[in-house]
Amino acid sequence: MQDSLKMSTVDLDFYYGNFHALHGVTIDFYENQVTALIGPSGCGKSTLLRCLNRMNDLIPYTRVEGKVCLDGEEIYEPDVDVVALRRNVGMVFQKPNPFPKTIFENVAYGLRVNGIKDKAFLADRVETSLKQAALWDEVKDRLHDSALDLSGGQQQRLCIARALAVEPEVLLMDEPASALDPIATQKIEELIRDLKKRYTIIIVTHNMQQAARVSDITAFFYLGEIIEVDKTETLFTRPKLKQTSDYITGRFG
Amino acid sequence: MKKHLQRELEKLKKRILSLGGMAEESVRMAIQAFETRDGDLAMKIIDSDREIDEAEVEMEEECLKILALHQPFAIDLRFINAVIKINNDLERVGDEAVNIAERVANIAGKPPVEVPFEYNVMAEKSEAMLKSSLDALVNLDADLAYKVCLLDDEVDEINRDIYDKVKAAIQEQPERVGYLINLLLISRHLERIADHATNIAEEVIYMVEGEISRHRNDMFKPDDA
Repeated sequence: MQDSLKMSTVDLDFYYGNFHALHGVTIDFYENQVTALIGPSGCGKSTLLRCLNRMNDLIPYTRVEGKVCLDGEEIYEPDVDVVALRRNVGMVFQKPNPFPKTIFENVAYGLRVNGIKDKAFLADRVETSLKQAALWDEVKDRLHDSALDLSGGQQQRLCIARALAVEPEVLLMDEPASALDPIATQKIEELIRDLKKRYTIIIVTHNMQQAARVSDITAFFYLGEIIEVDKTETLFTRPKLKQTSDYITGRFG
Repeated sequence: MKKHLQRELEKLKKRILSLGGMAEESVRMAIQAFETRDGDLAMKIIDSDREIDEAEVEMEEECLKILALHQPFAIDLRFINAVIKINNDLERVGDEAVNIAERVANIAGKPPVEVPFEYNVMAEKSEAMLKSSLDALVNLDADLAYKVCLLDDEVDEINRDIYDKVKAAIQEQPERVGYLINLLLISRHLERIADHATNIAEEVIYMVEGEISRHRNDMFKPDDA
């Protein structure tokens, strides 16, 4: 069965002012697969991630050349609704960033902002999202407590629930577990494996063992270029390029 | 962190070569015992096999430890996989040397049977294959490993030839059937040593090239140049 293409970039170049951060990046992201982006610090992985939902638009003096497509449609066309794009291509950051609101309100926020007022609908969607984020059982009896009272791992799952509430198709995760303890990390990794059944996930990680554990495809970046992309099991057992092998065996980087 | 892993891998390399040396020595002594029909040397070989068995167990534990603690990737992972399998092959080579020694113990002191067996050639080839497979491992030399694999057919051919000659000899001298069966078994043990050397070579090829080359008969045909 041919995996269907969800997002792709074609000859993507990105500049922070004069700094050429991404060089001709061409990569495909397939539906219901987890793609991990690995590489040393500063190689462009997070920059690429932020191109996929135009978060880089918020940074001044940046420039994009080339194409980024979602379901075959270019997302950098001038008539694209960027807010809708960011609902559809949600993002989870390294440091959990819940709003200073209740647990319930954190998840409901995106829906309210989109004009949804129906209480039953909101309650239902909040419950579904928290269940999908594997957090419901831990918070169902205290939905109106402050989100800031949750542990780091719980806050991160809350942020995932918040992203899921607006029913995205793609989830971008920028080192989602690097600020978490090992147990919380394990829960996030299990969650990612479950979520891919419904979503397409692209994750940036410094932790190669994590990339090996959770992803289907791994892309190795270096100095703004993709060096090698392959099935995770192949890249980590017999990578084609020596540079990839040297990186994943810790001989450089 | 990675330096620690590299140090462990270097130590592992030394240990597998040491085990290889022990197995080679056992085979050399077994062939010598056979050539001289030396029953005492045969007993020595049988006794010293325990060292090889113990070294094999220690090596396997070391490999598991490295996998658990370091979770290596790519060539490091393939190297440890190769070491685990080569470890097993070398222990089996030690066992085959013991088997030869036991056959020698059976026939030592009995009047020899004069049959034109090509044991010298077979023994030399098997020993050479074992040595080359271990050299290929040390130097990560896939070309040398391929050459070892090619020699296996030659050894198999000699083994088949010996089988035919023993069959004929049994018909001519049925009263010496016990002795002749022992000679046939020695040929078999040498052929198995060559097989294990081939296995080791195949593991080296996988380690270097990342392609599993086992059970592929077409790979080892010489080029039609």
